[in-house]
Parts: sequence; C-alpha cells; structure tokens
Amino acid sequence: MIPYIAKRLGTGVILALLVTFITFMLLSTSYQDVARTMLGPSATDETTAALLAAKGWDRPVLVQYGDWLLNAVRGDFGTSVYTSLPVAASVMQRLLVTLSIIVPALLITAVISTMLGVWAATRGGIVDRVAQGISLIGYIVPGLLLAIGLVVIFAVQLKWLPATGYTPPAEDAGAWLRSITIPVIVLTIGGVASLAAQVRGRMIDELRRDYVRTLRTRGVSSTSIVVKHALRNAGSPALTVMSLEFIQMFGAALIIENVFALPGYGSFAFNASLQGDIPVILGVAAFGVILVTVVNLATDLLNGWLNPKARDH
Amino acid sequence: MTLLDIRDLRVAFPGRGFRAAPVEVLHGVSLQVAQGETLGLVGESGSGKTTIGRAVLGLVGPSGGTIHFEGREISGLQGRKRRGLSDDIQVVFQDPYSSLNPSMTIGDTLAEPLVTQGATQRDARARVRGLLDQVGLPSDAVERLPREFSGGQRQRVAIARALGPKPKLIVCDEPVSALDLTTQTLVMDLLVDIQRQTGVAYLFISHDLTVIRHISHRVAVLYRGDLVETGPAVDVTSRPQHSYTKTLLMAAPVADPGEQRRRRLERKAATALAVK
Amino acid sequence: MTQLVSLPNTEAIATARGAASRTPIWRKLLRDPQAVITVSILVVIFAMGILTPIIALHGPNESDLSMVNAPPGTAGYPFGADESGRDIFSRLLHSINTAAIAALLGTGVALAVGVAAGLIGGYFGRVTRASTEWLFSLIMTFPGLLLLIILMPVTGGDYRITMLIFGVLLAPGIYRIVRNLVLGVKNELYVDAARVSGVGTVRILGRHVLTVVRGPIIIAAAFMGGSTIAVQSGLAFLGVGSLAIPSFGSMIASGFRNLYIAPTQFLWPSLLLGLITASLVLLGNSLRDAFEGSKPKPSKVGAGQRVKDSSNAPAEPAPGALLTIRDLVIAYPTPSGRLNEVVLGVDLEIAKGEVLGLVGESGSGKSQTAFATLGVLPNEAVITAGSIVFEGRELIGLSDAAMRPLRGKEIAYIPQEPMSNLDPSYRVGSQLVEGLRAALPISKKEAKSRVLALLERCGINDPARTFDSYPHQISGGMAQRVLIAGAVASRPKLLIADEPTTALDVTVQAEILDLLRDLQTELDMAVLIVTHNFGVVADLCDRIAVMRQGKIVESGSADEVFHDPQHEYTKALLGAILDEATYRTDPPAQLQAQGGIA
Repeated sequence: MIPYIAKRLGTGVILALLVTFITFMLLSTSYQDVARTMLGPSATDETTAALLAAKGWDRPVLVQYGDWLLNAVRGDFGTSVYTSLPVAASVMQRLLVTLSIIVPALLITAVISTMLGVWAATRGGIVDRVAQGISLIGYIVPGLLLAIGLVVIFAVQLKWLPATGYTPPAEDAGAWLRSITIPVIVLTIGGVASLAAQVRGRMIDELRRDYVRTLRTRGVSSTSIVVKHALRNAGSPALTVMSLEFIQMFGAALIIENVFALPGYGSFAFNASLQGDIPVILGVAAFGVILVTVVNLATDLLNGWLNPKARDH
Repeated sequence: MTLLDIRDLRVAFPGRGFRAAPVEVLHGVSLQVAQGETLGLVGESGSGKTTIGRAVLGLVGPSGGTIHFEGREISGLQGRKRRGLSDDIQVVFQDPYSSLNPSMTIGDTLAEPLVTQGATQRDARARVRGLLDQVGLPSDAVERLPREFSGGQRQRVAIARALGPKPKLIVCDEPVSALDLTTQTLVMDLLVDIQRQTGVAYLFISHDLTVIRHISHRVAVLYRGDLVETGPAVDVTSRPQHSYTKTLLMAAPVADPGEQRRRRLERKAATALAVK
Repeated sequence: MTQLVSLPNTEAIATARGAASRTPIWRKLLRDPQAVITVSILVVIFAMGILTPIIALHGPNESDLSMVNAPPGTAGYPFGADESGRDIFSRLLHSINTAAIAALLGTGVALAVGVAAGLIGGYFGRVTRASTEWLFSLIMTFPGLLLLIILMPVTGGDYRITMLIFGVLLAPGIYRIVRNLVLGVKNELYVDAARVSGVGTVRILGRHVLTVVRGPIIIAAAFMGGSTIAVQSGLAFLGVGSLAIPSFGSMIASGFRNLYIAPTQFLWPSLLLGLITASLVLLGNSLRDAFEGSKPKPSKVGAGQRVKDSSNAPAEPAPGALLTIRDLVIAYPTPSGRLNEVVLGVDLEIAKGEVLGLVGESGSGKSQTAFATLGVLPNEAVITAGSIVFEGRELIGLSDAAMRPLRGKEIAYIPQEPMSNLDPSYRVGSQLVEGLRAALPISKKEAKSRVLALLERCGINDPARTFDSYPHQISGGMAQRVLIAGAVASRPKLLIADEPTTALDVTVQAEILDLLRDLQTELDMAVLIVTHNFGVVADLCDRIAVMRQGKIVESGSADEVFHDPQHEYTKALLGAILDEATYRTDPPAQLQAQGGIA
C-alpha cells in the first residue's frame, strides 16, 4: 500500500516539476513584453533593461527557475508583479471559490447519475428513454449557452437568483448559496450527461454477467444484487470517469466564472495570463498539478478499496 | 528422420508487478518428433504444453535450451529468418471462434499465407480452392465470413490455412477440445487422412488422454513444466510407468457404468495407498 | 478407427443471419434518419462556409458606424448588425470557417497523435507500452483549458496554435481507445496465426488491427469535432485571441453584452453553434449504432420469466416424482419478430434422491431447460407452453418473488465456469454467507460457522483462509468446491448441476465427481446433471435423458441407455465416444514430394 502511495506522489512531484519547468521556459520568452507593459508607453530600451535587471529577469533561465523552486518548496511562491500580493495566498483563496462550485456539482452529479443510470439499466422502457434524453441534452447544448440561458431565465426574467457576483459563505451563507446555485446547476447538467450514460452502460453489462445469475439462484434479492454487487463492480470504472470529470469541470468552471463574474481560480489564471503576471501563472500551474495529483491519488485509493483485483498491481 | 529436436527447453515469463522475479513454466524439456509422425503432448493446465507449442512456433522465446528443425537451430530466429520458417511449420489453434479474423472472408484468410510467401493472386485463388476441397468444405465458402460457419467447419478452415504452405510440421494446440463429440471424431479423422496423404508431422497438444491415444504414434506426458514420461502411445496410455500418468489415466471417466465403477474403486485404492 | 454411423448434419450454415449482418456501414447510415439529417445539416452549414467569398455581403470586420445595432431585416444586413456596425450574416459565415478549421486542427492532431501512439503502445512490448502510458497519463492529468490559458502569452492567443495544443490534450482519449483495441486484437489467435504464416508486423497492423480500430476512430472524430468547436468558442468568448478573427464565441460575447439592447444578436450565433455541436453529437451516436450494432438492452433483474398465455392446464405430475416437466417449449425472439424455439416440447421427471443425466451436444437446449426450472432464463426468453411441477407446485408463471423462497433452499444450482460465477469484489466467505442467509433465517455468526464446516466438508484444506480470500486468489478447482458448498448449504431437495466439471482439469474433475456423489448420498438430494460427457454420466447417474435440438430423443436407466440404446442419435453419440482400445496402427507417413507454391 505504502509503496503504491509513494509511487503516486513521486509521479505527481515529477509532473509538477515538469509542468512548472516547461511553463517557466516558455514564459521566459515574454519577460521583455511584460517589462514593457509594466512601464507603460514611456518605456525605453534602457528603462526596460533596468527593470529586467532589478527584477532579476535577465539572469539565465535555469538559475531563475532554481530560485523559484527553492522558494516554492518552502511555501513562498513570490508575489504578483502587478498587485504585489503573495501568490500562494491569492491562489488558495481563488481555488476555494472554484472548489465551492465544483465539489457540490460533482457530488450532486455522482448521486443523480448513479440513480439515473441504475434506474435506466434496470427498468428499460420509458424510464430508459428519458434518462438517455437527459444525457443527450447535456451533451448537445454547449455549457456556454446553457450558462447564459439559465442566467437569462432565472436571474433576469424571474429574478430568483443573482446574475453575477459571489458572496463568501462566511459573510452570508444564504447569499452564498444563491450565488453558486446556477453555476452548480450548469456544471451538474454537463456532468450528468456523461456520467449517467456511463453508469447505465456499465450496469447493463454488469447485470449480464454470470455471477448475477448464480446469485439469483441462491435466492438473493434483486435489490441486493443490483445495489450491493452489480453497482460496486460497475462503480470502479465509473470512478475513473468521475476523476476525469473533476478535471473537466475545472475547464468548464473557467467559462462559468466569466459569465457569472465569480472570483475563481480560472479567471485568476486568465487575468494573470493576459497581463503576463509570471509568478502568479507559475503558482497557478503548480497548484493545479498538485490538486490533480491529489485527486488522482484519492481516486486510485478509492478504486483499490472497491476493486480488490486492482490492488495486486 | 528427426524433424523437430527440442533439447532441455526452458521458458520463463516475467513476474507480475514491477520487479517480481520471472516465473519458469518449463524446466528443461526434451522431445523429438520424427517425420510424418504424430507426437501427442498431454498434460493438465499449468503443465506447460501450450508453451512448448508456442515456443516451437516462435511466438514465445525460450530462456534456455535449444530447438532444432531439420538440423537447424530455430529458437533464436527473428524477423525475416523466422518468417521464412512459415512454409515448414504451421499451426491449428484450439478456439475456432477466435483463430479466424471475423472481418476477413474465408478466401482472404486462406490466401494470406500464400500471398505472403510470394504467390500471385491467381495462383493463390486456385490453391485455395484446392485446400477447401482437401478439408471437405464447399468452394462457395471463399466469399463467406467466419460467423456463417459452425465451430467444426471453422476448424476445417483453420486446418486448410495450415496446409496452404505445404508444411512439414503442424503444431495442433487442442484442436478438437472446443468441439462437440461427433464433430471431434470427424475433425480427427480429417487430420489423420491428411497426414497419410501428405506426410506432414503433428505436434498434437491436448489435455484429453483419450484423444491423444487415438491420434498419436508416440506420447509425452507433462506435469508442471517437467516431462514425466514418454514412449509409444500404446504403452504410455495403457500401461503407464509414472504415477502421474497413472493418475491421469484413472481420473478420466469411462462411458460405461460398470467399468467406471471399477475404475473409481481402483483410483480410490491407489490414492489411499499413495497417502500412506 | 471407430465405426461411424452416418450422422445427420447438425451443423447448418446460418446463411440468412450471415447475410443480414454484412450490410456495409454506409448503407446502415443511409437508413438512419438521425444520421441523414445531421449530415445534411452539417454539409449545408459548412458548404455555406466555403461559399463565403461569394455569398457574404460585407467583410467580417467591415464596420459601418451608421449601422450599429441595426435590427434584422435591414437592407444589406439580413440578420442585423452588431455593436460595431458589422454585418452579422457575414460574420456568421466567417465564423463557420473558423469553427471548421478549429475542428480540423484539433481533431486532426488528436487523431494523428493518439492513433499512432495507441498502435505503438498497444502492439509493441511492455517497455514501449509503459513509456507511452506514462506520457499520456501525464497529458491527461492536466486540466486542458487551464493549460491553454496559461500558455496564452506564448501562443499569442492564435486560435490555430491553441487548437493544435488542444488536439494534443485530446489525444490521450483516443490513445486509450486505440491501445485497448490493439491489445485486445494482439492477443487474438488469428493474429498469432498470421504471425506463424510469416505475415510481417506492418501488414498485421494494417490488415488485422486497423480494421478493428477504424470504427471507434470515426466515432471519436465526430465527438471530438464537436468538443473542439465548443472549446474554441469558449476561449473566444473569454476573449482569448485576436479580436479580428470572427468566431461564434466572440459573437456570443458581444451578443451577451448587448442582451438587453438587441437580443437577436445573441440568438443567431448561439443557434448556429448549438446546431453544429448538436449535429456532431447526434451524428456520433448514429455512427456508434452503425458500427457497433445494437447494444444489449436494459433488463430488470427480478422480472420473472416471460410466459405466453397458454391454455395448458398444469399437467398431472408423475406419481412420486419430485420434479415433473411436461411439454416445455422455450423460444427467443428473432430480429424479424418471429419466435425461434430452442426447446421444443421436453418431458422429464426426477424422483426424490435420483440422479438424472441430461445429455446432449451444444445447442440441444439442455441448459435452457435447467434455467427454466430455476426461473432464471434471460429476460428475452419466452416460455410458450408446458409445465414444470416441483413437489406438486406449478413453477411456470410464478413471479420472481414467489420463486425466490425456493431458490437456494429447495432447488440449488452449480454453474459451469467457477471463476465467472463469483463476484470479484467480495470475499468468498461473505458471498457464501450472504447466499445462506438469503435462504435460511439464521444469524451471521451461525452462517459463518456453517459455511466454514461446509468448506471443509467439500475438501478445502484451509477453510478459514479460503473464507477470507477473493475469487481471483483461489484456483479453479477450489472455486468450484466453493460453489458446490454454497449450493448444498441449505440441504436442497433438488440440485441442478450445469456441466460442473467441464471447465476443470481431469484430475480435479474426478475429485469433484467424488464429492458430488458423496454429497448426494449424504443429503439424499435429487440431482439433475446437464452434461455432454458420457463418462460423467456413467459415473454418477441413475437415469439418462438424451436431448437433441430441443427434444428428448431417448430416456431410460443408465444401464439401458448405455448397453441398449434405441434411438439413432443416441447410438451415434455413443459411437462417437473414443473407446480405450483403439490406437494408431499405421506407421509415420512418408513425406510427399514437396512442390513449391504453384
């Protein structure tokens, strides 16, 4: 068990190093432009060169990366070029906002997809058609249009929910919930579209297996067979899909944050990118990799618990 | 004249997991197959019999020992040299359902080995018709797909494919195990007829002693990667020397209630003795 | 060689079925309205895109300030003009091309990278595969959109480069699909046969592997086309990239800004984008149906067997018989709607404590008969006639809930393939306990001790260890013993064994037969043993029934059937058994003159 976790974490660390290094290398080509932008229209070659020297951006790239890395492992990700705020703190704060819409969305997606998928697989007929229809809608309508559509209906026309803006839960829990409702719904619809179909497909396959018939011949109840046995076996691949879904949602969340003006991870990265705020970009990349590694590790562990065969790998 | 000469063959497979030690499945097996003869290789699961067949065919590499064919060492051959052996050594597999490409017509499947060896399309087609004839299948089978045929018929196609290059040795890996009783006999008769007509030798692998007895001139018995007994079919399958061969013989049920009762008692007595 | 009676040909060529499934893919698609409609829509839309130089009324960035927010229907501006006075119609046309290029780039790169890597990673050895695996896991783990954003300073927001990178990010999905298919095919025997025939690696990949992979790639291409367009639109919506390039995303963004002033500006690009993505997704679904055929349908687990309303009154059970089957007819629906009968009127009876062997070749319907008795026929099956009476009770027509108390308690079942009949996710012991408690109202502790005792009785040396093992940790022979233990745990009156020894080694087989015989005597169970092996029948059975193509052709006591068979088929079957006295008498053959390949 332990060597397995260590191996996973090791891979994550290598990935983090690789991604940050490549990003660093690629971004280092734009230091000139960033410096120019910072100085504004009055920039000259000398002032630019002076700024580069002052920031230490004229040193060899490897040296700069090494510097950044040494600080990073101590938790110091530097400060934003434009706001001078510590990167680590800002990234975490924004990450929490994004997670506050992704995590509920994922959980609700999991619950609805499982129920819908199992229901469709074991009933067939109309229920199956309906479930497939719901899935299809989620697939067909791009998240973008869905988000805007829901805003128009619920926020503008019906005025039930706020169109934009985010209230931290600490400030006002009710307002917080209202501000994340539509974003969560949009993410959930997209998630259910793909996950429900997967669950349905795997359940159908699972229920055709031999051991299901043998359990029936022992007199085990259908409910027990479906929920305790088939679902557990079908669950393992579904779990992998869910972890991919989580990563996907990060991308979708980006667009949603823009539509709903939420101060989240994606928009933070976006602005930093636009402005060439290199320390922030690196911080975003590093945290992103760490998050993904943790999620993958968690999924693998959960998978190992669900599926004993996988443990012997 | 010895066609196939296997000396001290060892095969090991990589262990499961990252740095697990390799597992040896054959611990130094030696056998010979003479021209035109059928050597029956019998054993249960885990005996390594299929592995020997695959090693002879070049599908798996030995970790020790040698395999000589017509005096030439073949176990290390790769690439074009190995492919050159395909007109001497061929195969018929067990599973008639997965040994034929489901999306290729019978004609294409049979022509493939011929074309690979340089035959023209026209010659290949003519030869294919001849092969179908040889195995007793109708000539309109050329245009059909495998799924339109039964297990026994597909196995005939597999035999026809093996005969195409006019091989000297055919490795038969459980060719009748997946077939019905009645079909089994027909296919085995076909194999014997072909041997008589063309002089091809068979390395016939099976777990079924009765099948082996019927078709083999000589028999070799494998147990967990070791050769435990070898000799003429009559001797090994009726008057076995080794205790494992005896166990195999007595374990196979006889299709006669009275006989079976006797054999059962004999077997139980033998086991009781062995325990003591 | 043994004397062969000329056998009636039991091998029929199923021509009709074969012909039907040979319809070429494109014809299947033509018959699918969903495919036809979506392809037409896409063709029309992209054709308009290609014709843009001819049909566009203005340049995409040509702005006329006097036309700002002009409503649809304005002369020269059929769909109106946007906030900068640009013609929406012309911009839509140019956006189509942007979308097309995005799709081609993204999908193209993804396919090129993914397919090549999948072929390599799947076909070649472990080391190669491990490295491609690692590389693609790496790519897959990072949230793609985020990466694209982060690399904005580098790409300069040029959507073509972004789409190239996105293509690489999509590649792992294709890679996985292709790799799995290739791995599956690589292990197929026909690939081995091709290798033995001297076919080279390249040709094997091309001829055998690629044909299998072709379908899923085309399907994936359709879906990826949709997602690349959606992603590019998303990025454009966010403002990534040059504002000079017209795209649905940027049009939707400006439409969103002007939602209250001129709502139709938002409508047109949204509709068109939605139409394109929807068509691609639906096309993908149609392609999937065409290539992969219909998938298995959902089925209710406890649905109970389908019985056609029959006017048969339950037949009189034979006196003293435990189980009486009369005139049983089981049929399956064919694609054409007709019912195809697989069991055509079977009569059988088993007395208490008697062992009956149901013998036949594959396709004879013997397993179907067994399943019908247990009430576990597949949901598609229909019992169109007949009766099955067990201890005076008619079983056909009983709901699943009514059958359940019988199953596992009075009537038990041993399957053929031990490994696939155990749930791989649960320990062996817990499955046995669950089964036992479903039949008898006992506590968990009580069940556990009974199961342990049973495992020992069934010849398992270390019952506690096996109890705690998972199915993949025990051997085939042990698994079969476990299943037997599970079946006899509640001391059933009737045990149905479906080819219980066929999947086992012959030495293990003998032990299992001994076990079954001992258990039968000890528990005085009636046993219905389904098999094709006359040796097994000779070992265990009191009576025999021979089945052929859905009918019982002969039945009698074991001695009768073996020594004095009446029916032609029985004689043929017995004749086909290889007897123990026949050997090869001819010497090794002479090699015929080897001609080369003609």
